[in-house]
Amino acid sequence: MKLQSQVMTGSEGFQANRAAHLEMLDVVAQAAEAAAAGGGEKARERHLSRGKMLPRDRVAGLLDPGSPFLEIGATAAHGLYDGAAPAAGVIAGVGQVNGQEVMVVANDATVKGGTYYPMSVKKHLRAQEIAMECNLPCIYLVDSGGANLPNQDEVFPDRDHFGRIFYNQANMSAKGIPQIAVVMGSCTAGGAYVPAMSDVTIIVRDQGTIFLAGPPLVKAATGEVVSAEDLGGGDVHTRLSGVADYLAEDDAHALALARRAVESLNRSRPGTVQWQTPEEPAYDPEEILGVVPGDLRTPYDIREVIARVVDGSRFDEFKPRFGETLVTGFAHLKGCPVGIIANNGVLFSEAAQKGAHFVELCSQRRIPLIFLQNITGFMVGRKYENEGIARHGAKMVTAVATTSVPKVTMLVGGSFGAGNYGMAGRAYQPRFLWTWPNSRISVMGGEQAAGVLATVKRDAIERSGESWSAEDEAEFKRPTIEMFERQSHPLYASARLWDDGIVDPRKTRDVLYLSLRAALNAPIEETRFGVFRM
Amino acid sequence: MFDKILIANRGEIACRVIDTCRRLGVATVAVFSDADRGARHVDMADEAVHIGGPQPADSYLRGDVIIEAAKARGAQAIHPGYGFLSENPGFVEAVEAAGLTFIGPSAKAIRAMGLKDAAKKLMEEAGVPVVPGYHGTDQSDDLLAGEADRIGYPVLIKAVAGGGGKGMRLVERKADFADALASARSEAKTAFGNPDVLIEKFVTSPRHIEVQVFGDGTEAVHLYERDCSLQRRHQKVIEEAPAPGMTQEMRAAMGEAAVRAAEAIGYSGAGTVEFIVDGSDGLRPDGFWFMEMNTRLQVEHPVTEEVTGIDLVEWQLRVAAGEGLLMGQSEIPLKGHAFEARLYAEDVPAGFLPATGRLAHLAFPQGCRAETGVRTGDEISPYYDPMIAKIVTRGATRDIALGLMRKALRETQVAGTVTNLGFLSALCVHSGFAAGNVDTGLIDRDLATLADTPDPAPADIALAALAGAGLLGAPAPATGFTLWTPLRRRILVEWDGDVLEPVIELAGPDRAHVSLGDRVVTATRAADGWRLDGRRAPEVAVTGDRVTVFSGAGFGFRVPDPLAILSPDAAGGDVVEAPMPGLVRAVFVAPGDAVEAGQKLAIMEAMKMEHTLTAPRDGVVAEVLADEGAQVEAGAALIALEEEA
Repeated sequence: MKLQSQVMTGSEGFQANRAAHLEMLDVVAQAAEAAAAGGGEKARERHLSRGKMLPRDRVAGLLDPGSPFLEIGATAAHGLYDGAAPAAGVIAGVGQVNGQEVMVVANDATVKGGTYYPMSVKKHLRAQEIAMECNLPCIYLVDSGGANLPNQDEVFPDRDHFGRIFYNQANMSAKGIPQIAVVMGSCTAGGAYVPAMSDVTIIVRDQGTIFLAGPPLVKAATGEVVSAEDLGGGDVHTRLSGVADYLAEDDAHALALARRAVESLNRSRPGTVQWQTPEEPAYDPEEILGVVPGDLRTPYDIREVIARVVDGSRFDEFKPRFGETLVTGFAHLKGCPVGIIANNGVLFSEAAQKGAHFVELCSQRRIPLIFLQNITGFMVGRKYENEGIARHGAKMVTAVATTSVPKVTMLVGGSFGAGNYGMAGRAYQPRFLWTWPNSRISVMGGEQAAGVLATVKRDAIERSGESWSAEDEAEFKRPTIEMFERQSHPLYASARLWDDGIVDPRKTRDVLYLSLRAALNAPIEETRFGVFRM
Repeated sequence: MFDKILIANRGEIACRVIDTCRRLGVATVAVFSDADRGARHVDMADEAVHIGGPQPADSYLRGDVIIEAAKARGAQAIHPGYGFLSENPGFVEAVEAAGLTFIGPSAKAIRAMGLKDAAKKLMEEAGVPVVPGYHGTDQSDDLLAGEADRIGYPVLIKAVAGGGGKGMRLVERKADFADALASARSEAKTAFGNPDVLIEKFVTSPRHIEVQVFGDGTEAVHLYERDCSLQRRHQKVIEEAPAPGMTQEMRAAMGEAAVRAAEAIGYSGAGTVEFIVDGSDGLRPDGFWFMEMNTRLQVEHPVTEEVTGIDLVEWQLRVAAGEGLLMGQSEIPLKGHAFEARLYAEDVPAGFLPATGRLAHLAFPQGCRAETGVRTGDEISPYYDPMIAKIVTRGATRDIALGLMRKALRETQVAGTVTNLGFLSALCVHSGFAAGNVDTGLIDRDLATLADTPDPAPADIALAALAGAGLLGAPAPATGFTLWTPLRRRILVEWDGDVLEPVIELAGPDRAHVSLGDRVVTATRAADGWRLDGRRAPEVAVTGDRVTVFSGAGFGFRVPDPLAILSPDAAGGDVVEAPMPGLVRAVFVAPGDAVEAGQKLAIMEAMKMEHTLTAPRDGVVAEVLADEGAQVEAGAALIALEEEA
């Protein structure tokens, strides 16, 4: 049952893999560092000169010292808006306050005054979605000028735009998921509803303001001249308007009040899984960088990764002799029982059936699922179509789509085509979806896509009696290949929040554990599967 | 030997006596007050009897109750320890009248030494040197000059009615005597209306050296001397044996004098004869004078035990049981050197004020003898002497014993109260003391440096921050985890009234960077504990919001509740407003009145209820804006305070 690694850690291949991964990690680390720096040195200094804490320090001050912070969208909006919105101007993630896991959403006022770009909205909504699915109290550290006006068409009107934030707050509150706002700067216009819609609101004196229209707009509309503090400052809102409940003297005081507010939530974890005493893997997670090839096209045994993630490297593999390109089995991860579904090659009909079977088992037993996704897709060709691979694939997709157990997906390699669906891609709403720096995601490989387009074009050219040189065809294919290469990169994907963030492979175990732990704040409901095409 | 004795005491001395009793197979009965329920001596004894309230007068000084307890429990003897009833002749008589044995001298011997002046006279008659002086009524110039010659210079002229140094003159040479006498007299007359003076030998560099004696009622032996010159306000701080610079000749002279003193009063049991010694020019056999005799076991008896190898409590019991003296004078060994330091719960910077507190943590190192009556979790109560322990070290030489004492003090851990540990440590590195140049003025001369409390090093603050953040123990899963960019967590740490704000940045569960301004301390967890910048971290004790870091003499930090620190000084406004519309029923202040926060200023009546309006802060009333009987609106200003400076 204990996995036996076949990898020679001293080998040249191991070292080469490691070097390749470190290089890829470095690119992401730089992007993450830039994102964490927010709106630049000048903006940070201005922010500090007002006696405010930097947004990441606010998050740190809110959370229990030393407790883990599972940040989401750390490199959101990377490369978007000409780089104007590092981390999309919002810091979000699952943290711990007085031992209670919470979702923290903090505006970064050093980024364009904390205004909401389209990706800021998407990130905020994604954080709320996680909170909703995982039953996590939300704490909003508000310091935002509201919608980013030049981008209003992509921020305001649609279903999943700005208004959805407040819709979510109301509906979470209705479900008993506490909503706490700490107003540490502006909350203007629509933003005013974040504190107003919260169950409990704290505001910082002479710093936090809440109003539907700021002093300039009031003057323009009615001619009334009023200071921001008199219009909607902390004193006004805690004494006169009742929009806020607690008046804080400064950021640190406000965060202490928020921590105290969490103390009185009176929540407890639902009983879900049987935790065991955690155990370190028998193989060092550090070795993941050496056992996974740097090049996606090189096949490797996914059990080498599993051995470096699960407790004691113990893996009860299910159906090991059937549908071998999909590895399924039971294990524990830092004490949490999990079902693991991992790719070991292209999906055949048997593998898809086995996957559906295993999802059914885990659903029956209410065991959370972990997907280690490295998939080029389902097998193609006459033999496979004729034996009904679409039908078998659909079974797996149905099972994955309709199971009620928490799913956590880690892209550890390729995520292409329908394989993405069967392996709990974003559309299949895993509680969390993370990605490694070496992963690639697209509808199909760039080469294949360019090939499809070239075939269509060649047919058209040859139909009109002309010929197409190999050079011309290569020239035709190049932009498509390049586009796919660019768009399938994890930084491109993460910038658009197709995933929750890029993960250092060595931290896979921690990330999966924290994801599961967060997800298990919600009870595991009874699963009701859809119709399986038999 | 007795089968069972009662110990009429508490704390370390009760424990000390029980130790020996256990070794001798003697059963013990402890007594305890309300404040000492579950105290260490109660736990150690075979039996324990509750004798009353926490005040000594209600318990440990209740001779009748104690004797009753001894009889009820079948104890044959009572050991009084020191203090409390140990030198109370009435108690001795009562014990004996009850048919029990008092482990100590007779009532008569105690009485003989109890009156200081009479004792001196007695000693003088027995040939024990006493401080020479003239206390006579004849105040003629010639006679006084003659007495001064007899006493020997330098002498001190003191006003008989004196005090506070008025009418006091130090005279170094005979030639100066007449002038000094005249000016002392005139000053005494002006100050006290009485020109009479007395003359005493002036001891320029006084040392306190005492001799341990043991008697069987007729004969006595001595167990050599102890030097107790390190004193503060007559409280002994560190004692040692033998006395530095002691010669065979001097020791013999002092020992013989002490034995004479004991035999003169038919002394039985353990006693101590205290001498004042002139240390200005080395120790000379003619330079010591009787001060007083303590007719009990002394606090500092362990140093004698360490250099003689004799258990003084055992001797006390055996002599009391009628065995007679256990060794002849020549058989008593003297080997090596010993120190005793008295560890107190006291606030040194605040002027050595006694302190109290629950001992959150108490640990003594290996290699020293720690006599203590308390354990971790015990309370230092305000009812009794706040001594925590006596720390005793012994070595072949004075240097070695002192080095061991320094180490023992460094490694002693006390949390939960302030202590004099730092002061004791400072004393142990004092160059004069280290060289053996002790006198009773040493501590007062160098008090400023000795009592100076060092500030904690950055590593100490860093450690306190990590402890306060709960990061030193076994880590919770994924401690310190962040995906990419670490979080920097500010922790409030209070030291000596100042709030410090170290910032902790974790790099996983076993590594942390703690920033104090520009200084960064790196903490790493190794298999055997934490390292700070590569060096082994001192031990830490955390109780509630208190964090004690055991480096140096120990630093007591507080990790305060941020809400308590950050809260505004209440509302703190300048104007008291009407909370609702209503009638002003009464106004209690007028402009110019000083008010304290919370003080009642006025009463309003509204909605059939009376509402008391109080001062939001300390201040002075600037204006009263509404008269009694006035109907006011909600929010109306009623009383204005002067703006704060």
